[in-house]
Amino acid sequence: MADSITLRVTRWRPDKNTPPGPQEYDVPLRKEWTVLDGLNHIKDELDQTLAFRWSCRMGICGSCGMNVNGEPRLSCGAFLTDYAPGPVDVEPLANFPIARDLVVDMSDFMEKLPRVKPWIIRDDDVTEIDGEYLQTPEELDAYKQFSMCINCMLCYAACPVYGLDPTFIGPAAIALAERYDLDSRDQGARERLDVLIEHEGVWGCTFVGECTRVCPKHVDPAGAIQRYKLKAAQENVKAFLLPRGMR
Amino acid sequence: MSQDLTYRRPISTWWWLRKRTYFVFVMRELSSLFVAWFVFFLLLLIRAVSRGEAAYEDFLDWASSPLAVVVNVVAFVFIVVHTVTWFAVTPQAMALQVRGRPVPAPLVIGAQYVGLAVVTAFVWWLVLR
Repeated sequence: MADSITLRVTRWRPDKNTPPGPQEYDVPLRKEWTVLDGLNHIKDELDQTLAFRWSCRMGICGSCGMNVNGEPRLSCGAFLTDYAPGPVDVEPLANFPIARDLVVDMSDFMEKLPRVKPWIIRDDDVTEIDGEYLQTPEELDAYKQFSMCINCMLCYAACPVYGLDPTFIGPAAIALAERYDLDSRDQGARERLDVLIEHEGVWGCTFVGECTRVCPKHVDPAGAIQRYKLKAAQENVKAFLLPRGMR
Repeated sequence: MSQDLTYRRPISTWWWLRKRTYFVFVMRELSSLFVAWFVFFLLLLIRAVSRGEAAYEDFLDWASSPLAVVVNVVAFVFIVVHTVTWFAVTPQAMALQVRGRPVPAPLVIGAQYVGLAVVTAFVWWLVLR
């Protein structure tokens, strides 16, 4: 095994009037090193000006998403040895505006997420003083998969629909809507549906399926979106066929 | 403010050639056109039949011309792509449950092929009877 590998890292600074371009760095190729370890090596030893986001180093925080060789990955879970002999292209997550180097601007998602009301909505005024909501293990299983989302944005970077039409509300937001809809304690499905049956909602999705393929937490946003479409279609048929009282 | 300080990367027209999975997706979307073509072809056939034997013979002549055969062979390949890819993604879109247990994906996919076989056999019987 070679003892080093080249990382081709995208650099861009907002104060320079040049488009983003790659800069090459040689980093040690160690069995236990990930792309993130390589970037930290660059930052510590080679070039302090490199900017990138990271925090936990163990696939939990969702901060270090990047396009590694064109594929959205958590850089803390992308091992350098899997890309040997290299070079490895390390680019900012696709479909997002670049803020600097590998850091992307996620404010679009931050604006979209609350639109699907990803919290428990109740019709009654029960408070914590009245006691907790009980849930069976089966009721937990119904939504658990969708609750694993860490907002890492890999699904948005993989989604060509979002890339071509940034008004699309996107995979993670819809998966999180589904997470609360399937929660036995929640009563807000109607409110979320109103947001999601818009064109920018579930119908924007053409079921490419890439969001599910790149998701590091196996959330399956593509599945959530298709199920939402089915729900929305059923609501439409019901609204058309049934008298108001029976819906 | 922050809008001015970010860089938006343009998306190439050829983005769907960049990854195999994107390419397969675009082919699946494209296959819908060929489904529409077969519907149109069937309508032409029905119209020819309704106009009597001469019109039907003309239709058969046209349908067996090299161009029509090539178009239909290509269309058939795309119909197969359409069928296989959509059958494959059905379990993801429909979370079926029987007695509280999720139905395994291969069963959902298999059931669709069985359905296809039954319908095909029925049509076959209808035509050749």
